[in-house]
Amino acid sequence: MDLRLKALTKSPWVFHISTGSCNNCDIELIDVLTPRYDAERFGIVLVGSIKHADVLMVTGSMNRKCIPLVKDLYQQAPKPILVIALGTCSCGRGIFRDSYNCPVNVDDVIPVDVYVPGCPPKPEAIIAGIVKGIEKLK
Amino acid sequence: MNFYFFRDFFFSCVWEVFYPLDRKVTARIQYRVGPPWYQSFADLLKLFGKETLIPKNSSVTMFMLAPFLGMSALLVSGFILYKINLFNMPGFLGDLIVMVYLFTIPSLSLILGGFASSNPLSSLGSSREIKLLLGYELPFMLAILVPVIQTGSIRFSEIIQFQIEHGAVLYSISGSLAFIAVLLSVQAKMGLVPFDVAEAETEILSGPLTEYSGPLLGIFKLNKMLMFSILPLFVLSCFWGGFGNVNPLINILKFLTIVVIFTLIRNTNPRLRVDQALRFFWFKLSVISSIAVILALGGM
Ligand code: SF4
Repeated sequence: MDLRLKALTKSPWVFHISTGSCNNCDIELIDVLTPRYDAERFGIVLVGSIKHADVLMVTGSMNRKCIPLVKDLYQQAPKPILVIALGTCSCGRGIFRDSYNCPVNVDDVIPVDVYVPGCPPKPEAIIAGIVKGIEKLK
Repeated sequence: MNFYFFRDFFFSCVWEVFYPLDRKVTARIQYRVGPPWYQSFADLLKLFGKETLIPKNSSVTMFMLAPFLGMSALLVSGFILYKINLFNMPGFLGDLIVMVYLFTIPSLSLILGGFASSNPLSSLGSSREIKLLLGYELPFMLAILVPVIQTGSIRFSEIIQFQIEHGAVLYSISGSLAFIAVLLSVQAKMGLVPFDVAEAETEILSGPLTEYSGPLLGIFKLNKMLMFSILPLFVLSCFWGGFGNVNPLINILKFLTIVVIFTLIRNTNPRLRVDQALRFFWFKLSVISSIAVILALGGM
């Protein structure tokens, strides 16, 4: 494995976008960074700008307004980028499947690497998801 | 160009080894385990391997040049400080003044980079950084006057020599007042928490760095790491006798004390608004530094 990829697996910076979630998944994501779960052990930090990100964390059920925005964000992200769909909503629209406002899945808009199901997923599951994504990169 | 040049250059580059300490201490304060010691280096290595994106309407030359401007200034100042402290190089007349000038360049590079990237949030961050620069330069310069008055020299090697012979500047009343002022203005220079308005993540994404990615962002991060080791050494040389002690262990302990003080201030304070920060620097810290200068002139 080359050095660049090894460094990438040691410091995945996460950018988080909510595409119309109920906010619960976002709260759980913040939970991962608290002292109890301490994701910084693996080098995971939340960054404020998509240009700094290695992992694009998508939560929510992708409503109409968000589709062009998410496409834009994915194109702006410096490659290689890992896309993680967090929560049942973004894995397959969940309870909003029949909603007039959620016409497509997240993976119809951008390629998703890892799905983390749960409503909301537990912090352990989120960390496991990121680790799985990193394994996939290797 | 000889072997010694490269050795010195290498040593002035590896000052940033002290940066991981900051994240580790932060983690311990928050009852966390924290990242492994090599985390910052992994971050840098990763950034150097990523794609560089240049925004469409930016002025490309300035955008690419800005981080290197800051880095070159920091490397030069690190080189001078390292030679004077570890190898007793005599330096040159007025190297203190040169150093004070060099330390404004990293902030300027941040400002230039922010304005060049043609992003409204970057411009906002840059304008905040300018205001902050106007704020902290005044107390910083005033406080640096105190060791100059006490030792009667603007040459680093003489300042350090004087302190070895007559005791550190810090141990006088004016010295300790100026030391407090310098610590807080250096905190703002490094963009650490009570004064990190320019990069306020929760308000304006990442301020001037918003549009930077890949290697260019890596250089900015490297600047930050370099600053975190060079500025404490500067404070140490001006106020606490530099690396002048015969026992190297005590020297390193002094250095680490200053680094940890910065980290502690960073972790126990909330972010100030830019107007609050300006008011703090102009109306509180400048008064403290002025008092220190007057006391120093009176010989206290
Ligand atoms: S998966 Fe559940 S918790 Fe997460 S956004 Fe959807 S409804 Fe909310």
